[in-house]
Amino acid sequence: MPTQKQERKLVIPGEVIVSGDECLPGDFTRKEGKAIIASRYGLADFSGRVVKIIPVSGVFEPRRGNTVIGRVDDINFSGWNIDIGGPYGAFLPLSECPRFIDRNNIAEFANIGDVMNVKIWGIKKGGIDLSLRSRGLGKLEGGRIIRINPHKVPRVIGKEGSMINLIKNSTKTDITVGQNGYVWIKGELAGEDKAEKAIKLVVEEATSPGLTEKIEKFLGGLKK
Amino acid sequence: MPYTKRPDKRKMDELRPVKAKIGIIPNADGSAMFSFGDTVAIAAVYGPKPLHPQHLQKPDRAIIRCVYNMLPFSVTERARPGPSRRSKEIGLITEKSLSGVVDLKRFPGTVIDIEIMILQANASTRCAGINAAAMALAHAGIVMKELVSSVSIGKIDDKIVVDITKEEEDYVEGEGSTDIPFTLTSNSQKITHLQLDGKMPTKRLKEAFESAKKACVKVYEFQVKALKGEEVK
Repeated sequence: MPTQKQERKLVIPGEVIVSGDECLPGDFTRKEGKAIIASRYGLADFSGRVVKIIPVSGVFEPRRGNTVIGRVDDINFSGWNIDIGGPYGAFLPLSECPRFIDRNNIAEFANIGDVMNVKIWGIKKGGIDLSLRSRGLGKLEGGRIIRINPHKVPRVIGKEGSMINLIKNSTKTDITVGQNGYVWIKGELAGEDKAEKAIKLVVEEATSPGLTEKIEKFLGGLKK
Repeated sequence: MPYTKRPDKRKMDELRPVKAKIGIIPNADGSAMFSFGDTVAIAAVYGPKPLHPQHLQKPDRAIIRCVYNMLPFSVTERARPGPSRRSKEIGLITEKSLSGVVDLKRFPGTVIDIEIMILQANASTRCAGINAAAMALAHAGIVMKELVSSVSIGKIDDKIVVDITKEEEDYVEGEGSTDIPFTLTSNSQKITHLQLDGKMPTKRLKEAFESAKKACVKVYEFQVKALKGEEVK
């Protein structure tokens, strides 16, 4: 039986990860006879007896409770249609907006093309419901939006926000990372540029060891 | 004169030099390049994403939409750009050869877009395209049972040959030339696609299938290598 602290192996669909009765199939794996077979491209991870695959690529898969960044792509009588990437469109109803909004002129609050930080409140068949009822949600004004691989978001944030705070502090910018891979950066022009480059570097070097030092060096190096 | 030697001095069951790479199109969700000698195909995968118009949506599953495109400079005589009868056919064939291994039930009502472009053509373009598309799907993190590998088997005069070139395709002496593209799943070696252009007795078709099995294993090895980040030539 494999021990826990093992280097994670890159597997491809159809590949036999391990063979034997002691392992159980987890996420994105299946059991055929005695073999556990990968169904998705990613890193094979052993936690106890369970074998699962940690995805490294692909579109955003919405989950309840995710905080995401999206762009308003339509307005109707009862709310806003918001594009958050991923397989389905999302809808933010008027009733989920915490402040008073004139029903006859809801474009006043958010118009087509505006960018919002929203929370996924529920997922139904073929549609996602959003909410603004939480701290820090709402319209994002000014700044810029960049798109990164949604599976690299945990790296960009770092342990308890260490990486993102490092970038925020040394570039003096305000950054919001949506779990769908959209990142909003606002600050001075030079700072925004630097933060954008730093985030792209984190995504590129996501698997290399000593990532924090590398980013520190990169951010320090640009100052001079 | 009987056909004893291949024009590029390959053995009868030898593939052309293969090149493969993933992640070549940064804006796509998944992408790959695959080439057999002078035949170069690139594939990009986008999705699963919302599908419009709505009447194309399937309530119980996702659909695959595949576009095959031969770029104007890919052949000696400039190819007229845009869709043609041939490109529609090959797009559809690719779609069907891949839909058997992809888990379409995961995101119902959505679409997975595959775009294949042929940068250089010297026969077997659909096979190179399918190989690239299978790799691009895996790279896009799409849940699938296994990969598919594709190879063209030819009967030139009375010899069964693997991975035929344009020159061999145009062979007219003796029994002439027959081209059979095969697509097989990587582990179970089941056929997901088979076409036949020419004449072929049933017995020889079985022989061709056996050599397709062997050749597809080789193609699969290259696909695996490329997906694991190793450089394939």
